Amino acid sequence: PSVPEPADMEKVADGSDAMEAADGASRHQAAAPSRDGGYGLGRAALEEEVAAWDIDIRPDGQGLPEGEGDVWTGEELYVAQCATCHGDFGEGAGRWPQLALGMGTLTSDDPVKTVGSYWPYLSTVWDYVHRAMPFGAAQTLSDDEVYAITAYILYLNELVEDDFVLSSSSFADVEMPNAGNFFMDDRPDTELTAFSGEVCMENCKEDVQITARARVLDVTPDAGGGEGTDPTQTPTMDEAMDGGGQEDASAPAAAAPETGVAETADAASEAPDAGATQTAAADPALVEAGAAVFRKCQACHQVGDGAANRVGPQLNGLIGRTVGGLDGYSYSGVFADAAAEGVVWTEAHLAEFLSDPRGTYQGTKMSFAGLRSADEIAAVTAYIEAEGTE
Amino acid sequence: APDPAITELQPWQQYLGEGVDARPYGMPSEHEAHVVRRDVPWLTADPVSSVNFTPLHELDGIITPNGLCFERHHGGIAEIDPGAYRLMINGLVDTPLVFTLDDLKRFPRENHAYFLECAANSGMEWRGAQLNGCQFTHGMIHNVMYTGVPLRLLLEEAGIKTAGKWILPEGADASAMTRSIPLEKALDDCLVAFKMNGEALRPEQGYPVRLVVPGWEGNMWVKWLRRIEIGDQPWHHREETSKYTDLLPDGQARRFTWEMDAKSVITNPSPQAPITHGPGPTVLTGIAWSGRGTIPRVDVTLDGGATWARARMSGPSFDKSMHRFYYEFDWDGRPLLLQSRAHDSTGYVQPTKDMLREVRGENSIYHNNGIQTWAVNEQGVAENVEVSS
Repeated sequence: PSVPEPADMEKVADGSDAMEAADGASRHQAAAPSRDGGYGLGRAALEEEVAAWDIDIRPDGQGLPEGEGDVWTGEELYVAQCATCHGDFGEGAGRWPQLALGMGTLTSDDPVKTVGSYWPYLSTVWDYVHRAMPFGAAQTLSDDEVYAITAYILYLNELVEDDFVLSSSSFADVEMPNAGNFFMDDRPDTELTAFSGEVCMENCKEDVQITARARVLDVTPDAGGGEGTDPTQTPTMDEAMDGGGQEDASAPAAAAPETGVAETADAASEAPDAGATQTAAADPALVEAGAAVFRKCQACHQVGDGAANRVGPQLNGLIGRTVGGLDGYSYSGVFADAAAEGVVWTEAHLAEFLSDPRGTYQGTKMSFAGLRSADEIAAVTAYIEAEGTE
Repeated sequence: APDPAITELQPWQQYLGEGVDARPYGMPSEHEAHVVRRDVPWLTADPVSSVNFTPLHELDGIITPNGLCFERHHGGIAEIDPGAYRLMINGLVDTPLVFTLDDLKRFPRENHAYFLECAANSGMEWRGAQLNGCQFTHGMIHNVMYTGVPLRLLLEEAGIKTAGKWILPEGADASAMTRSIPLEKALDDCLVAFKMNGEALRPEQGYPVRLVVPGWEGNMWVKWLRRIEIGDQPWHHREETSKYTDLLPDGQARRFTWEMDAKSVITNPSPQAPITHGPGPTVLTGIAWSGRGTIPRVDVTLDGGATWARARMSGPSFDKSMHRFYYEFDWDGRPLLLQSRAHDSTGYVQPTKDMLREVRGENSIYHNNGIQTWAVNEQGVAENVEVSS
């Protein structure tokens, strides 16, 4: 008897004979039958019902509601609603996704896939923020708020200027840098044939060596269901699950440099005035450069005339000030501890902190990854000193 | 000496056990309390958007018990009142429709066993051996007998307009999960399922209704299915752009890599299931599956790939379902390098990890179906390793 193809089996509309599948497994299958004109089940959806649930947005703009939002409105919303997880600058806090920058990293060993570096369509941002964010309060943002937050995410990715207004009409003008770098699944050409065919069964290798071992990393949870280790240098599940970068799993996990808070505080205490007393005449070029760097700080910090505490404390007179010592600002525990010990902000201590905020004061609520370049640190320090001096 | 397990009267021989009213919904023996889904706390920022893993090394046959099917949520488990459940079909249709759960159960149903594998299964192993246990390296998979209505019947009920080429299933949970699926697949073998292994879907698996997309990556099997829109183009939503795309070494990325390639893993022995009986008769077993068909053959090696033997397939061989294989041998107590290699019904053979890396580099993360190696030492202890080609 001829063996029916799966396509033919779909057409079998009655309770017909058992059929012998090509692989020899017996199947007693007949497709559930269609009925001309349908079964008459269900009811027509009302327009307002469709409107309530039909929230999807497409790259061609289909589904976008009327509305608009600007970068600065977006910043306020973002700092209040998004920054706890995604970082004040989209750098990602803890293991939450990074949203900004990472351009030029996709071919590196540590690709950083963000809205700016990776996402091919802006509509995806609008759609996802609207349908699923803020995490735990989905679909609570108004359309204008979603436009504004989307505009701010574009700004964080340096794709628009700070006067940009995103609207249903300006939407199509935004070009996503990585849009051209996606292509349809090509496994039929690149893999399926290459991986098919005869296999070797005997004498396939002369010598077999172990080239990698899981125990080098030892990141498996304890058998008892305990916490396991917390390998800060290994790929996170968000990365594996959601497509972020992976560290080299074949390399041993480098323990994160744990700068003991007490140690840091002691070291700073021992040389409290070295930096504070050396307020050299500010280099105008350096201050100007620092003003640009300070844009990374100003979502949370103010400095200069009338500076007030916002998300972070105001920074007037910072150098020489007691760490965690400003009245009227609610510091995290580590800063309160430093204040109790009388640690003082020197230029050196500030530089140490800015280069690795969370390593220097573990538990600080400042969700900022830090400044990598010593030049940037020197510049922003000069700016804070120049602006914050009476 | 005589075995006290035989010579001494055991409590269960002497005293009456519980009656039939004690366990109206039965649970496993208290001695099986270690057989549970496990998560890896440091892997994710929050357990509400996270994953746990099926204890493959504790299971046999091809069906995954409902309570042990791995979970992946993006906004926690939605707890839906079946009386308030609605499924809407809208978009490019003649009549947008709303179905209740009772409506769905009046359509003709089908039963099929299918595997569901997360595209990120084994993703942690792309760059090298990392986690010691097949539960963690391969546990983002389960295999379930579904009962449901062919999606085709529901789409026919609404009447798809000629321009309709894609569907967008959407979940009712707090992440409102969406994926674009070509209409051809929707009409071919997708199910709108409300039973798993005979009983109602578990809440964590989409109660009361989930989409079944046979052979394709698990992220597309939208749980808590509330709506299906028909459109003329794909939507390119987050889970098909930012996520579930395969980044290649040149910086370009494959998208719509839906079908899960053939794959296998030895579940016993493995790091969580060492050989404890010493030399002598030993049962090696494992599972294999393919998103493109069945698994007629699995090869096994004990020496890291120098010599291979055909394993013995056992149990039903269903399309796009898990298959079980065994290889019995007398262990001589010497170290072993165990691997399995699946062949699917299209002729495709599971590649080594190095063969995959040759094509995809080391940033791809998803769709890692490379051959797994367990090193077993003289004590029978197994470890996750990689070996030379």
